[in-house]
Amino acid sequence: MKVSMTVNGKTYTRDVEPRMLLVHFLRDELGMTGTNIGCDTSQCGACTIHMNGMAVKSCTTLAVQADGATITTIEGLANGSELHPMQKAFWENHGLQCGYCTPGMIMAATKLVENNPNMTEAEIRHGLEGNICRCTGYENIVRSVKAAAAQMGGGD
Amino acid sequence: MGNYVGKSMKRVEDPRFIQGQGRYVANLKIYGMTHAAIKRSPYPHAKINSIDTAAAEALDGVIAVFTGKDLADSGVNPIPCGFTPPDIKLPPHHALAIDRVRHVGDGVAVVIAESAYIAYDALDLIEVDYEPLPAVVDAKAAAQPGAPQVHDEVPNNVSFTWAIGDEAAVNAALAACDHVVELDLINQRLIPNAMEPRAAAAQWDSAMEQMTVWTSSQNPHTIRLLLSAFTLGIPEHKLRVISPDVGGGFGSKIFHYAEEVIVPWAARKIGRPVKWVATRSESHMTDAHGRDHVTHCKLGMSQDGIFQALHIENYANMGAYLSLFAPMIPTALYHTLMAGLYKTPVIYGVTYGTMTNTTPVDAYRGAGRPEASYVLERLIDIASRDLNMDPIEMRRKNFIQPDEFPYQTPVALIYDSGNYDAVFDTAVEMADYSAMRAEQAAARAAGKLVGVGVSGCIEASGAGPSAAVVSLGAAIGLYESGAIRVHPTGKVTVLTGAHSHGQGHETSLAQIVGDELGIPISDIEVIHGDTERLPYGVGTYASRSMAVGGGALVMSAQKIRDKITRIAAHQLEAAVEDMVYDRTTGTVHVKGAPDKAKAFGEIAFAVTLANNLPAGMEPALEETSYFDPPNFTFPNSAHIAKVEVDKDSGEVTLLDYVAVDDVGNIINPLLVEGQIVGGVAQGVGQALWEHGAYDAEGQLLSGTFMDYAMPRADGFPQIRVGRTVTPSPSNPLGVKGAGEMGTIAGTVTVVNAVMDALAPLGVRHLDMPLTAEKIKAAIAAANGGSN
Ligand code: FES
Ligand code: FES
Repeated sequence: MKVSMTVNGKTYTRDVEPRMLLVHFLRDELGMTGTNIGCDTSQCGACTIHMNGMAVKSCTTLAVQADGATITTIEGLANGSELHPMQKAFWENHGLQCGYCTPGMIMAATKLVENNPNMTEAEIRHGLEGNICRCTGYENIVRSVKAAAAQMGGGD
Repeated sequence: MGNYVGKSMKRVEDPRFIQGQGRYVANLKIYGMTHAAIKRSPYPHAKINSIDTAAAEALDGVIAVFTGKDLADSGVNPIPCGFTPPDIKLPPHHALAIDRVRHVGDGVAVVIAESAYIAYDALDLIEVDYEPLPAVVDAKAAAQPGAPQVHDEVPNNVSFTWAIGDEAAVNAALAACDHVVELDLINQRLIPNAMEPRAAAAQWDSAMEQMTVWTSSQNPHTIRLLLSAFTLGIPEHKLRVISPDVGGGFGSKIFHYAEEVIVPWAARKIGRPVKWVATRSESHMTDAHGRDHVTHCKLGMSQDGIFQALHIENYANMGAYLSLFAPMIPTALYHTLMAGLYKTPVIYGVTYGTMTNTTPVDAYRGAGRPEASYVLERLIDIASRDLNMDPIEMRRKNFIQPDEFPYQTPVALIYDSGNYDAVFDTAVEMADYSAMRAEQAAARAAGKLVGVGVSGCIEASGAGPSAAVVSLGAAIGLYESGAIRVHPTGKVTVLTGAHSHGQGHETSLAQIVGDELGIPISDIEVIHGDTERLPYGVGTYASRSMAVGGGALVMSAQKIRDKITRIAAHQLEAAVEDMVYDRTTGTVHVKGAPDKAKAFGEIAFAVTLANNLPAGMEPALEETSYFDPPNFTFPNSAHIAKVEVDKDSGEVTLLDYVAVDDVGNIINPLLVEGQIVGGVAQGVGQALWEHGAYDAEGQLLSGTFMDYAMPRADGFPQIRVGRTVTPSPSNPLGVKGAGEMGTIAGTVTVVNAVMDALAPLGVRHLDMPLTAEKIKAAIAAANGGSN
């Protein structure tokens, strides 16, 4: 099946099997391996991307469902060489260790903050429930999200 | 004080991770690459009558299908065990099972196909005729007469019996004690679950007869040695093993796994590169699990709470095969820690390592030491309640005192340094312990179940003196290498045999070298994880990278400084003894004449010119060192947790957590704090949620993240971290391991807190995980079933 989508500002058209997952499309067809795969039951959030303005688990979406969609992955989050405030905050607050959950965590957190820049700590923790990190104990991830929220205050 | 060490610097490795540029094995794309998928046993124990691969082979896009017999016929050897105490029974461990499968997930065949999708399709077309056999799951049940036998080579399923101490003396001392606490406990099985599933890829260069293997390993050099000397027999100088970015390990990526054998073998066989990436379900079935002990223990003491004797009888589940370091965990890394922070004069311990029809068990963050702390600190907790003594008070009464180091414990180790009262003083103050107790009393009076839990733990980390570990049964020495290469322009490449899979070595090791040489860390790059680029190395586990790997780099830096100093003296026509190397600026000057100086970069270039060096000096500025520490390091901790148990639902809420650790000198406080907090979260995970569960027939019940409760962000309050510092005398940096203390202490601290909450109901002990369901049932039972 032919699918066409805009990923990080560029349009790609490919012929894919109907069963191909969006995450495999991004990684294997487009060679964008920044989006990681951490599970096979849609639980870990490592594969989170933005699709049509929403945070989506790309392991639970078929490539064909994304036909015509506008997608941003971790590779396209920064504005050129200017890191997104969420990326900066993760760096400054040691919000990552092995880095494997990080792309999904940053993509999920970005949407959380866009939707509500004034989250309490409890709301941040609850909002990140769909993303598993084995390394950090979440403390510095929460700190990073708070710091980014302060930067992103006006929304974008 | 240098420019970098001791400072919270943000990590130099982060930009690639936050921009999606991590170089994980799964991201590899090699020209002509094929994809492997592995057919796995759905049975815990079964005879393989036949395997029919014809239909799978006929599928369009399938290149080949291989079975265990194919591997064995071509001379592939079983996967070895690297820790072999005397009299151990070593059952063979084939990369693919040949005539019998022994756990759910045991591999029986591999499909190589043009795409991963096709490879998985083909798995369904492989017909395996199994004849199910009875299975055994429990570590202790396995050793009972009549239990199903997992291996013909291991009678009664007991692979080894390992004991330490004088049992008769301990029994006599216990008999004379005023009070003896006796406890049966289970340290449940855990699934490590690093977020990056394991992966392996390989490429065979037939013209050069050179094999390259990429693997998500914590120790590529060790894997190269094992592939070469044991499993595949590829000559070591023709074999390159690369572990690029690895997404977490926690011990589970130390071991030599079947796929690391299958993938390169297949790549050579079909003449094309092969890649295999585990699914999370495969990780659950095949990553070595952790813990799984069934323990009976006794602690004897005087009426005033002075410990007199400790007796441990332990069954450790090894699973279906002996994973690389499996026998070391419940023996040399477990019983030797049973002295804890205390002066218990006599200790005896025995472990039976048993084979079962479950996934192999090996090191998982802490590895033996959390299990030891769990036993000891649970016993002390119960003892303090029995004797109506504050749990901190009881611990303090028994501490080894600061002036008693080095301290010879009755279980082999010699502790190098520590000040346990100071650690507890800090924790008590940070937690405001007496206020915590007062709040607890008020909450109890109001009918709430609030508990305060305390622990004091110790770890032997930074493994380790090679002579000691080899004498205990290890098959490799545990030194580490570190090389410093100064380029003509003064830029520096640092090469370490340690491996970073989240720890941030690219930053912390650069901080060390930056200060040792007095150069900016932006001029330094740290390289790890590639056997071709590095000197020989050991790898990262047992919290050894700073203590041992850092130590090797300090030695190399010293050699570089000495050489630079000699060159500067020669060029400035001064005596070497009159030269001063300024480690804050990277310049060498003549004592009392700061303007008679040479900068680091100038000397680096002068070495390349090689026209004005001291007579006979080699024109190179490159040094390699190997550090074999004289002793382990002994980080220690005081953790305090406050919990509330919901009376109706049984649910535990962690209200507060204070972690104070003495991990010696600190290179980067930001990273150390990250290690401690991450470790605590894993410890709490074991206490409250996680369980690698099997049913009685050997089916894995927690096969995915749907049934295995990983800690989530909303399970924690802010974890508060404090520290005291007693530098370790066992390495040049004075550091102690920081990677595992959080996990070691986290588990027992939270269990002690929950048991404290339930104490008014007369609940003495519950086995982990302390799920709402389990606690609710305990509350109901305590209330006479009225709840
Ligand atoms: S990979 Fe998508 S949720 Fe885990
Ligand atoms: S940083 Fe390793 S899983 Fe989150």
